[in-house]
Amino acid sequence: MSARDRILAKLKAAPLLPKPEPDVAAWFSTHRRTEFKAEKAARFRHFIELAHAEVHTVSRSGWLQKLREVLDAKGIEKLLVADSTAHGEAALDELPRHGIECQTYDLAIEAWKTEMFHATPASLTAARAAIAETGTLILWPDAAEPRLMSLVPPVHIVLLDASKIYNTFYEAMQSEGWTQSLPTNALLISGPSKTADIQQTLAYGAHGPKELVVLMIGDEQ
Amino acid sequence: MNAQPIHFKPAEGFRARSKAVVDNPFLRQSFRGAMDFLMSKRAAQFPDAEELESLRTLGESIRQYNLGKLPTLLEQLEANLTRNGIQVHWAETPDEANAIILDICHARRARLMVKGKSMVSEEIELNHAAEAAGIDALESDMGEYIVQLAGEKPSHIIMPAIHKTKQEIAQLFADKVEGVDYTDNVDALIQIGRNVLRQKFLEADIGLSGVNFAVAETGTLCLVENEGNGRMCTTAPPVHIAITGIEKIVEKLEHIPPLLSLLTRSATGQNISTYFNMISSPRKAGEKDGPSEVHLVLLDNGRSQAYADEQLRKTLQCIRCGACMNHCPVYTRIGGHAYGTTYPGPIGKIISPHMLGLEATSTMATASSLCGACGEVCPVKIPIPDLLMRLREEAFSAPHANPAMVGQGAAYSGVISAIWAGWAAVYRSPALYGVVTWLGSRFGWLMPSRQGPWTSVRVPLKPAPKRLRDMLRERG
Ligand code: SF4
Repeated sequence: MSARDRILAKLKAAPLLPKPEPDVAAWFSTHRRTEFKAEKAARFRHFIELAHAEVHTVSRSGWLQKLREVLDAKGIEKLLVADSTAHGEAALDELPRHGIECQTYDLAIEAWKTEMFHATPASLTAARAAIAETGTLILWPDAAEPRLMSLVPPVHIVLLDASKIYNTFYEAMQSEGWTQSLPTNALLISGPSKTADIQQTLAYGAHGPKELVVLMIGDEQ
Repeated sequence: MNAQPIHFKPAEGFRARSKAVVDNPFLRQSFRGAMDFLMSKRAAQFPDAEELESLRTLGESIRQYNLGKLPTLLEQLEANLTRNGIQVHWAETPDEANAIILDICHARRARLMVKGKSMVSEEIELNHAAEAAGIDALESDMGEYIVQLAGEKPSHIIMPAIHKTKQEIAQLFADKVEGVDYTDNVDALIQIGRNVLRQKFLEADIGLSGVNFAVAETGTLCLVENEGNGRMCTTAPPVHIAITGIEKIVEKLEHIPPLLSLLTRSATGQNISTYFNMISSPRKAGEKDGPSEVHLVLLDNGRSQAYADEQLRKTLQCIRCGACMNHCPVYTRIGGHAYGTTYPGPIGKIISPHMLGLEATSTMATASSLCGACGEVCPVKIPIPDLLMRLREEAFSAPHANPAMVGQGAAYSGVISAIWAGWAAVYRSPALYGVVTWLGSRFGWLMPSRQGPWTSVRVPLKPAPKRLRDMLRERG
């Protein structure tokens, strides 16, 4: 018998003790606040800022301008973008004209891992959605916008459409039917990388980004 | 009997190890400070007692529901992971788990493995096995990196280096990390760790991680972390190996939000961790990063023994938040290393006997004041004090056939049980009680002034010269 069969045989030999199925939906319907657009955006912002992220509200047409200002303020001259996304294309069109080099993630990581780790100061990705109650971005990396973009560069800039903020994690997964469609690696991100492993003192930039910047696209002013 | 990992420190030394910490005012102060900090952070996350209670009840029912159908869920998980392209392996013992992991390493001719924080890999002593096989296994969680650099083991399941001060860490870095001068600036220390480890993430052949929850219906492995090293280990190297105990399974994705909320708030007092990582497959065609191979090792190591008994099964509800340690008056005073086992504190006391057998762990269940704090804070309502009583019963009662646990009766002593039998007889018979108390009141002066452990911190027991019944009689 294999280890698998032995383990399963032991578990199956145990008394069954079936328990009623927990009603997660009922709990969330009575214990979590449901908010409307502006409130959700405010709550999201409050919590992600508490977690040390930098948030800028921008208009649909003005985000590139803000992006430039952010890069400028941080002295960043090179940005990793995804060229087959609309926001990546827009950044590629705009930034080089202003002296910001745009690197695209067009090769598999093996071809440029060292460069990614040592010479990529910042990246731009989009969030699929966000969660108000915890100040959390939902990222759905794919072939266009790979996983390491939100992890390796020390500054991570995220574009978020404020109309895609859910009240809770539960609401996000239910509304979007995640059970049918999870990607290779879905991510919840709630601030820049941090640790409190040395004498409970909080320090940012443990392994992932030291800075997380959210450009939150609200309604056109 | 399960093979004991090399680092396991025998229970006989528990008392001495505890005493060494208790006698060290500096260590006591630092544990106290750290635990107070974690307790107040947790409390701040649960301002609404009613919400907390209902969430705990939900968490408990989620864990019990899923444990109730564990064998089916394991099969469903395996089928869905396999469909997603993740390779599933099963291990009954730590040795088997190590062999599986090393086989994968050998097949890739791996030299360097970077590890995210994984208590299960501590449980199987993977680092030793890897070292013996010529593979560098490097811990990448900052706390774990620090304790590995110091040649130690984690002393807490959430905060591995909680026993170390920043000055000690500063000295350690200055001594062990090439080109580093002494600095006790925490930001600078973290930068040093970051720089060393970044290079390793870049070079590593294998990334190893634990698993916080595995979702059967979708075939997804979930990881909770703040640092990003868990993401690095599962994304940067060409191969990712995850290892988990067989109990960490939920049937549905919707079971995750309540458990995640309970976990992060109970553990570190955060309303959510920085990263929550849901991995459902290796790199797909057209994707440009992520490992091309993902493996999951499912480890039993005594868990099926706990599973077989209705009461002991509750041990497996644990989501490893560490809150029971932070609130335990014993852990707070002796720290994690005194226990000598991978999992310290209250959860360690109830899970380790299944992993190591009662012979090796029988003293642990007695090192509790049964104050109930652990049971009160446990986010999934594990009745830890009841389980401790049960384990005492298993360890100290006379050996019998078909025991629920390996090592049942290991702490049984004929003398002690004769004493208790005598005690019971005296209290059951009024006549005998009269005689014994009469003798006690007359010959109480014969009681020795040193009465074993009792008098190590207390005044000797001495029967009163007059019995209550005599005093009442005198009063008329
Ligand atoms: S026993 Fe409960 S409190 Fe302790 S680590 Fe497990 S879940 Fe947390």
